[in-house]
Amino acid sequence: MWAFIHKLGSPKWFYGISAKLQPWFWAAAALLLVTGSLWGLAFAPADYQQGNSFRIIYVHVPAAFLAQSIFISMAVSGLVFMVWKIKVADMAAAVMAPLGAAMTFVALFSGAVWGVPTWGTWWMWDARLTSMLILLFLYLGVIALRGAFTSRDSASRAASVLAMVGVINIPIIKYSVDWWYTLHQPATFTLTSRPTMPIEMWLPLAIMVLGFYSFFIALTLMRTRSEILRREANKRWVHDLVKGRVEETR
Amino acid sequence: MTPKRKQKLFVILGLVSLTAVAVGLTLYALRANINLFFSPVQIAQGDAPLERQIRAGGMVKEGSVLRDPDSLDVAFTVTDYVDDLEVYYSGILPDLFREGQGVVVVGELQADGRMYADKVLARHDENYMPPEVAQALKEAGYSPADFQAKAAEVGKRLEAEGVPQANEY
Repeated sequence: MWAFIHKLGSPKWFYGISAKLQPWFWAAAALLLVTGSLWGLAFAPADYQQGNSFRIIYVHVPAAFLAQSIFISMAVSGLVFMVWKIKVADMAAAVMAPLGAAMTFVALFSGAVWGVPTWGTWWMWDARLTSMLILLFLYLGVIALRGAFTSRDSASRAASVLAMVGVINIPIIKYSVDWWYTLHQPATFTLTSRPTMPIEMWLPLAIMVLGFYSFFIALTLMRTRSEILRREANKRWVHDLVKGRVEETR
Repeated sequence: MTPKRKQKLFVILGLVSLTAVAVGLTLYALRANINLFFSPVQIAQGDAPLERQIRAGGMVKEGSVLRDPDSLDVAFTVTDYVDDLEVYYSGILPDLFREGQGVVVVGELQADGRMYADKVLARHDENYMPPEVAQALKEAGYSPADFQAKAAEVGKRLEAEGVPQANEY
């Protein structure tokens, strides 16, 4: 187990193993997202009160899950980078941030569109919506910090610290609907109890959530690979790799 | 783990937990402002300011909605199953507005305990179901028990904190 983790820290080894894993995650993402969207948008039953506007859930909930999970992954990568000096962790954290920001935006935007027909307003300064907006600002802060330093090491350390401190916002988002009175309803899905919707509604949603996660993993592997090549461009193994490719094509 | 790495780990964990404590205390101090709305229990106990724009929330009481046939005027009662609040409103209600449904009303509380609303927002609960299931549940006597439990919990908490009751003023 430890040997595997140590190997994962080597950019060269990570570059090799991610090449093998990547196609599986892309295939899973494509299959799950197509199945989930078709099932959720066309075949799942409509809600008894909201009718068809309830189908926004099939985009809103997976995007919101991913927005929070990516931030946690970024904070864990930041910790691994700061304490154990593993550079691959920092590269992964750097490439995750834009996708996380995009997912937060998708969750906020789809929530606003959903809010108009159900609540009668697209925005309300309630605890859930506000803490989610803060998450978007945290993502933008992490991205901006990476661009603000001329030295890559300072940029990585500043971004890691912001990600680790910002992770405090995640439990606030999760429990905001339980701790305070909010316009947003409490969670439909929890780990401890049965979902408060029938299986023909939550099964497509579960497929969409898995699809979003597969997409995240596939995209992170792909982008980390190009980040490795970019940062290790002067290393011997990258030179050999490129030379090998060039000779192949001749 | 080398001593240097251990030290770094502790510094980071210390930094994060101190920030968490600071954020926690701030949120605790601001808890009254973070709550989106006053519940009828809180209004009955005199926690809400009069003649200033506030938000109140609860369930629309079954059988309480009265509509004026010639205008958009509507009167209804918002309840948390402990106390009631009378609301007057003139305007278009959201599609999800109905008896037994959660609402948040924005408006001014009058000295006589009535609320004149500028805006009515519908609240949705976390339960989703196909229309046939909803029909079956209704026939089986479904009640919004979740909301009742929450209102009872708030009432108990206010009592434990020693908030003076309305009749003690």
